[in-house]
Amino acid sequence: MSATFKVGQRVLVKDGDPPGHIRTPFFLRGKPGVIESIHGEFRNPEELAYGKEGLPKKPLYFVRFLQKDVWPDYRGAAADTVCADIYEHWLDAD
Amino acid sequence: MAHHHDHDHDDHAPIEEGRAPTEFDLLEQAIRELLIEKNIFSADDLRRQVDKTDSVSPADGAKVVAKAWADPAFKAQLLADPKTAIEALGYDVGPAPNLVVLENTDTLHHVVVCTLCSCYPRVLLGPPPDWYKSKEYRGRVVIDPRGVLDEFGTQLDDTVEIKVVDSTADMRYLVLPPRPAGTEGMSEEQLAALVTRDCMVGVTFPDTPVN
Amino acid sequence: MHDMPGPHDLGGKDFGPIDQRDHERTDWDNRVDAVLKLMLDGRRFRVDELRRAIESLPEKDYMSFSYYQKWLAAIRILIVEKGMLSEDEIATRLAQLREKAAG
Repeated sequence: MSATFKVGQRVLVKDGDPPGHIRTPFFLRGKPGVIESIHGEFRNPEELAYGKEGLPKKPLYFVRFLQKDVWPDYRGAAADTVCADIYEHWLDAD
Repeated sequence: MAHHHDHDHDDHAPIEEGRAPTEFDLLEQAIRELLIEKNIFSADDLRRQVDKTDSVSPADGAKVVAKAWADPAFKAQLLADPKTAIEALGYDVGPAPNLVVLENTDTLHHVVVCTLCSCYPRVLLGPPPDWYKSKEYRGRVVIDPRGVLDEFGTQLDDTVEIKVVDSTADMRYLVLPPRPAGTEGMSEEQLAALVTRDCMVGVTFPDTPVN
Repeated sequence: MHDMPGPHDLGGKDFGPIDQRDHERTDWDNRVDAVLKLMLDGRRFRVDELRRAIESLPEKDYMSFSYYQKWLAAIRILIVEKGMLSEDEIATRLAQLREKAAG
């Protein structure tokens, strides 16, 4: 598998709001995170949602974000985090 | 409200007694009848599917958690390769999605959500509760996890990192909560009785032993 | 149209306290669940297509429909989209059932 990003690497979730079936939650768009692990390669749900095969498979990452980087007024602990599974084409190197 | 043991319904299953059918009642009936008439599936297929009880319940997840508490080697395997660990216990994890087990400790507390829909580790917990699928939970737990946990009676101080895990793709997340104090010498069955569904999602701790 | 997330993309929204009560599935819920499972197991739909169909519901429907009402709405969208049934056939059957129920 050819994953572009490495565990521990800082990434930025792409901004933007294309139409269609997107599995990158809006609240994480444009936010900085860290690759915590790599799940492997999976078919693209954005295409599966329209009856296409979703190939070639794309690397899927477990990405960790500090809550204070996600929400301007976050009132929990400074160390609190939120994570999501994000496809490679939604990430840029930070 | 729910006629739970009503097994003698025919193909054109009667509307629940005592109230006029809603548009949704009629829509379900229309679609069901038409799909059967078009041989998309048969009335028998539907009857069999309706009668299939959920074979998986939180008791299954509880057994896995209890075994992890009692058996360090199993716990290590569960964290490293959950699919293999669980299949060895006789569970059919199925072709997809993929299970990940998240360990909660004194300093790290995971809580699981699917903000976009209702993805949930059904393979070990059965169907998700209504609250997990609700817009209230899905909306707030990512932005105010401490407030949400507080609603469930769970308080954690700032020395604990709360890590909210949003199930946005094919992975399904199960929390392995910490073993409660005062459970030394308990059997796996006794341990499993302390493991609630909610503590495997991460909104609560396991029950503590009643001494 | 796309400067906001879809109605399903709820992370960060505050809808107030969480109702923690468990509700038993009704017979209606169970029938919809059964149709859903048959369509998925029979490879008529993918779960991604069903999700996409739910996400396409108008916001007022998404917010007010129950869990299984949303799935039924998605099933309706997909069976028409895939040519299994026509909207006409569904409308005709609905009219017949409405008449029978009123009669």
